[in-house]
Amino acid sequence: MKFTEEHEWLLPEGDLIVVGITEHAAEQLGDVVFIELPEAGTEITKDEEIVVIESVKAASDILAPLDGEIVEVNEALADEPGKVNDDAQGAAWFFKMKPADPSQMDDYMEEAAYKDFIG
Amino acid sequence: MSDTKRTPLFDLHVELGGKMVPFAGYEMPVQYPLGIMNEHKHTRAKAGLFDVSHMGQVILKGESYNAAALAFEALMPVNVLGLKEGRQRYGLFTNEAGGIEDDLMFANRGDHIFVVVNAACKDADIARMTAALEPAISVTPVTDRALLALQGPAAETVLEAIAPGAAAMRFMDVATLEADGVELWVSRSGYTGEDGYEISVPTDQADAFARRLLAHDDVEAIGLGARDSLRLEGGMCLYGHDIDTTTTPVEGALGWAMQKVRKPGGERAGGFPGAEAIFAHLENGAPRLRVGLKPGGRAPMREGVELFAEAEGGAAIGKITSGGFGPTVGGPVAMGYVPAELAEAGTTLYGELRGKRQPVTVTPLPFVAANFKR
Repeated sequence: MKFTEEHEWLLPEGDLIVVGITEHAAEQLGDVVFIELPEAGTEITKDEEIVVIESVKAASDILAPLDGEIVEVNEALADEPGKVNDDAQGAAWFFKMKPADPSQMDDYMEEAAYKDFIG
Repeated sequence: MSDTKRTPLFDLHVELGGKMVPFAGYEMPVQYPLGIMNEHKHTRAKAGLFDVSHMGQVILKGESYNAAALAFEALMPVNVLGLKEGRQRYGLFTNEAGGIEDDLMFANRGDHIFVVVNAACKDADIARMTAALEPAISVTPVTDRALLALQGPAAETVLEAIAPGAAAMRFMDVATLEADGVELWVSRSGYTGEDGYEISVPTDQADAFARRLLAHDDVEAIGLGARDSLRLEGGMCLYGHDIDTTTTPVEGALGWAMQKVRKPGGERAGGFPGAEAIFAHLENGAPRLRVGLKPGGRAPMREGVELFAEAEGGAAIGKITSGGFGPTVGGPVAMGYVPAELAEAGTTLYGELRGKRQPVTVTPLPFVAANFKR
């Protein structure tokens, strides 16, 4: 699993990458009440805003971590956005994508580096 | 943060794990480890303790209550004189244009008026009252007392056990109660839509008193985040957002706060700043009104979201002034201003969220029925 400075996690699954936000991010956001995910089939560009996540406190954008195509989204989050607070790094994954250039993963942190990053 | 002030409960907030943020010049807890959603639900189910010591407490005193009341009426379109001893009322400072300078609570405490104003406005409010009332009426900020709010259905039982007499009070009563020798100035009111109390307690006793309340199993400390979602569901205005210097009380749907005696035809009609503009709105109707708004989807519509009459095209007709997720409602809730002709309950409007227009329905306030002990 890799981590971004935007507090996303990226987990390779076959030739796909599963993306979600970290437990640390979920804790900072507070109770999540709404998530707007992109549609499967959407072509995305790294750093493009692709997910809107609203907590009781505020709205935040999640950026595309890699270039590629959205293959599947976690539809369950539409009805149960609070799952993000319960299991951010498991059941509350956001989407699976097919990366255009898997080497973009190399730019991201390993878990130990991410832990240092969040202090 | 060097200029931010701390309330007498600062150490307690930190000890309880409160996430401290600057608010109206004070370091205040926005939430505790319980989280905004659970703090909100706990307050509606049992009881929540809020530190509102940042708000301004002021005593107005003249030769008699009536003398102070008549002078105070020059600042507000409100019947101060007719308020009975031991009762509290909602008030509004107005300006020459009929706009609102602040909203407040005031009480007839026998020989004086006790006033509670918003933290962000308190310096201006004290200056306004001093300029208008002194020297005949003394204006004295109360700087040696903290202010706590205990809100929720369990508040009565909890406070009665510590301060006998609390249970006998009715909604908007005020009384001086004693808790083991500590003098409490109590009102049965609040800012959540729930039954409860606001309690003024001497600064040096505030921490111990708060801990006594928190020792009860039914009481949790609640931060500003849940205070905001509770008052929003309760349909109550946040000054500076839902009402401000540009909104008249009529536009703000606060006509109920202006009693008959101060309105056209009343015995003491007018005689407050902006009477002409406010009376024009009373007689001819206001061009825009504050209304409740229920977004159709799950996405919260927050302050600043523009409103449209149609799903496509046309210019914005209004704006959301407060909005978020209502934990008790279980979905997004909001308030905002719309043209009077679009203010009827059931009207469908559209809020523009990230470039897309989503339906919102004009909805009667409050979103959650009040639970007062009338």
